[in-house]
Amino acid sequence: MSARLNLRRRPTSHPSKAREVGIPHSSFRRLAKLAGIFAVVLLVIAARPAPKQSPILPKGRYLSPIEITLSPDGRLLYVVCQDSDEVRVVDAASGEVTKSIPVGHIPRGIVLSSDGSRLYVTNAWSDTVSVIDTNLLEVVQTLPAGPEPSGVVLDSKRNALYVANRLSSDVSLIDLKTGEETKRLLAGRGASYLTLSADGKQIFCTHIYPNPGAFRTEPNSEITVIDTTSQTVVDRKSLHNVAGVFHVAVSADGRLGVAAQLKPKNLIPLAHVEHGWAFTDSLTLFGQDVGSVVQIPLDELDRYYAMPWGVAIAPDKSEIFLSTAGSQSVTVIDVPQLLKTIRSRRKPFVNDLSASADYVCARIPVGRNPRGATLSPDGKRLYVANRLDDTISVIDTTSAKVLSTMDLGGPKNVDALRRGERLFYTADFAFQGQFGCSNCHIDSTIDGLQWDLEPDGFGRDIVDNRSLENLAGTEPFKWNGGNPDMPTECGPRTEKFFFRSQSFTQQQLTDLVTFVYALPYRPNRYRASNGDLTPAQERGKTIFERTKSKSGDAIPETNQCTYCHSGPKYTNQKQIDVGSGKATDRSPIIDVPQLSNVAYSAPYLHDGSARSLEEIWTVFNPKDTHGVTNDLTKDELNDLIEYLKTL
Amino acid sequence: MKTKSKHVHHPERSRFSGRAKELASAAKKLLLALAVLTFASLATAQDMPMFRWENFTTTNGLPDNHVYCVLVDGKRIWAGTDNGLGLYENSMWRVFRPADGLAHQAVLSLALDPHTGDIWAGTMGGLSRLSAGRIDTFTQLNSGLSNDIVYGVGVQGDFVWTATAAGASRLNTRTGQWSLFNNRNTPMYEIWTYSVSPAEDKVYYAVWGGGVLEFDQKTERWKDYNDPDGETEMVVMKDQGLIHEITTSVSYVDKIVWIATYFGASRYDGRYWHNFLQKDSGLPSNFISQIRGVDANRAWFSTDKGLAYYDGTNWAVYRPALDTHKPEMLLRDVAGAIKKIPVQSAPAHNYILGVDFQGDDIWVATAKGLSHGIRQKNSVAIAGVFSTEKAKGKK
Repeated sequence: MSARLNLRRRPTSHPSKAREVGIPHSSFRRLAKLAGIFAVVLLVIAARPAPKQSPILPKGRYLSPIEITLSPDGRLLYVVCQDSDEVRVVDAASGEVTKSIPVGHIPRGIVLSSDGSRLYVTNAWSDTVSVIDTNLLEVVQTLPAGPEPSGVVLDSKRNALYVANRLSSDVSLIDLKTGEETKRLLAGRGASYLTLSADGKQIFCTHIYPNPGAFRTEPNSEITVIDTTSQTVVDRKSLHNVAGVFHVAVSADGRLGVAAQLKPKNLIPLAHVEHGWAFTDSLTLFGQDVGSVVQIPLDELDRYYAMPWGVAIAPDKSEIFLSTAGSQSVTVIDVPQLLKTIRSRRKPFVNDLSASADYVCARIPVGRNPRGATLSPDGKRLYVANRLDDTISVIDTTSAKVLSTMDLGGPKNVDALRRGERLFYTADFAFQGQFGCSNCHIDSTIDGLQWDLEPDGFGRDIVDNRSLENLAGTEPFKWNGGNPDMPTECGPRTEKFFFRSQSFTQQQLTDLVTFVYALPYRPNRYRASNGDLTPAQERGKTIFERTKSKSGDAIPETNQCTYCHSGPKYTNQKQIDVGSGKATDRSPIIDVPQLSNVAYSAPYLHDGSARSLEEIWTVFNPKDTHGVTNDLTKDELNDLIEYLKTL
Repeated sequence: MKTKSKHVHHPERSRFSGRAKELASAAKKLLLALAVLTFASLATAQDMPMFRWENFTTTNGLPDNHVYCVLVDGKRIWAGTDNGLGLYENSMWRVFRPADGLAHQAVLSLALDPHTGDIWAGTMGGLSRLSAGRIDTFTQLNSGLSNDIVYGVGVQGDFVWTATAAGASRLNTRTGQWSLFNNRNTPMYEIWTYSVSPAEDKVYYAVWGGGVLEFDQKTERWKDYNDPDGETEMVVMKDQGLIHEITTSVSYVDKIVWIATYFGASRYDGRYWHNFLQKDSGLPSNFISQIRGVDANRAWFSTDKGLAYYDGTNWAVYRPALDTHKPEMLLRDVAGAIKKIPVQSAPAHNYILGVDFQGDDIWVATAKGLSHGIRQKNSVAIAGVFSTEKAKGKK
């Protein structure tokens, strides 16, 4: 019924007369009754709660979920989405995304305060920490951190936030009362992941690149142990022959620590892939349950589970859950059986690939590039972020099966970049699934190792692993420039010298190349945002660009820095002998490397023999064949290096 | 030449006599107050510390008897020796050498970073950082360190300062940047820097043959202090400046700069200098390797003829006697009287290279061992010692 009554006649002189000459009394009463009913209906409708609005989610960019944390009651998932620069809030029961919270650039780590009121999210390329109010679901504060902040933990008792800084290889301690960073603690190279012991007394930090060591020796890493009372490093657990340590977790009773790691076989030619392994995917265990540090294998004799990454320990310590980022799976370990195996075997057995059969109880297929793994408070559900699917696998820990897959709402279209990224991060193409591109190019960077790649004999043509940032325009590739372009670099050569198995199809190769070429520069922290150079950097630039030595003699053009290191990426793309060849090299002629972000890619020279930028000239340039530098004073050399760091 | 003035009426004297009387009265009161204060300070400075000495040599775990430096780190004692870095903890010695990653076995200097607990060791072959068992080494080849001979090291906030044989270096531990300071960008005319002492917002360098350099953190400017006598061993202008250019150590405390040289010591309060020589003080020798100021008045002097303590007035020397090698403690009062105090123990050797403090105790690096001076409750009352002597003399 229309709410508007059709009163055709109006009263003329007196209201009472309406009754007489207008609407009949009986009709009026009926109409009034109807109007009253209608009003009540309207009121009832108005009182109903508004229908639920769908959150306005940014679209267009892949999300790339990398870490998850749960609200204390387990009802909400907070998902760090690396490529869309946000945290997505997900209802754990329904899988519905309820909110998107923009944070800084390339968020990487997350921790929730014990009362659930604050989320702390590290922004790896903004060098900040976003503080999110979980009631408001918005960023309420931004804290400064070190260069490329990654892992984060909160010491609630002392109101202190610890942040692992990947590029400075240390841990920032931030006083949450003042919001100021109070100190840096030395950690391993590429410090990235943190965990707090259940009693809050210790923090454990792992790192993705091996600690600097002597040339062509086994790599070594550490688990840095920080005491939260003294706020100092009190121990470094030595991890022998380990390069690449990822997530670390400690059991609820504090007696067992677990760190996911890689053991590379970089000192022997990679040609032996089919005879054994290039990487051992393994765990380091520590704590009272195992006594001294113990390393255990995860792989099987004829099947590898590449890139163990996320670690979760069941609340009752019955199982360990590991995401294996290169193998699209989750490995489940029976802890009592594991401890029994460790105690029964007196000698180290990390290289015994038959051992894992004793304690690995399940391999659960999940999505692509599984990363963060988080258990529900009751331990019944495991949530795994499938970074390259924009989904979360929900696993029932009792049955070890995927119950559901939550769609986080990323773009449905899988473009060439995404396809290429998936190829980059999978180990499916290598013999027995041993490794993928990301084994050596961790998070698309380096691994800090030198490799003997080709079957030309032990110890010949040793090559340093190089960064993949912004490679377009730096062809040719390979240390001697032998690969004219990226498709050659990643194509048949990869199959022949690396994977020893399946090669890429033409489409796959195109996708992979597209992805690699699209890898951007990381922000350079040595260069001011406005491009200004410090006085030392200016002096260094002058030295870099000089054409005469200090005695006034002209420097031959081909021996000037800017001859080889010219152009926007500081390479003239030629092959030249700068006197850095070793007796083990088939040829001393090397491809001029680009210098972009050279500060972050130690060691140096084609074979990684220079441990620092200084050594390029203090040790390996005795005859001024790699630029004229022997006339420089020490402070002038320091200035040159300060400038190089800005490139 | 002074002549005694006789009491002669002077017209000016009568003209100002009223005011003069007032001034004289005020001056008397001031002098009286000063005298009271002086006696009071003398009373408190009368007690010289006594120690029972425990000595460590290679026979009980010290890596080498030639100890260049010692550093107290809570309950841990670090000793830099000619053949390794020793760590004494829980009554046991642990030794670090190049095989463990140390830059060089000869450890010349030590510093503690109080924020992180890291130890920095300056050696004959570079600079090493010891952090929870891990050793990282910086050399002039692999880093921006100016020279591998690192005589001195000090920590100030995020900066690690080094004194090397080729100038000063400063490492910013956050950014990894090295800054070098030498004759090209400071008043330094001799680049052999021998020790560095960061203090508050200043950093002091003892430059061997170049006096003292002071770096102001706020202004980032350098200032030099030199011997007004030039590079001579004569002291023509005493108390007019630094006693000698061959400086070995600087200690800044309570706004006082204490400076050690191979030819005496100096104390500078920002305006006045006071120099100490063996011939007119309780210094057992002018050859001083290290000086440690306790406060504005007190300091410890590490000399080649014993460990000396100055309380602002009196001196004490602790050493094995130079002739008999028996334990010896000497006291010297303000008048120059010297008294031997019977003691049962002494530092390991008279050639003292450095000290550090652990509460009331003192640790001493010597040429023939490391010594732990355990402070005794009883101390030596100067007044009592020398009054007894005077009484004996009168008899």
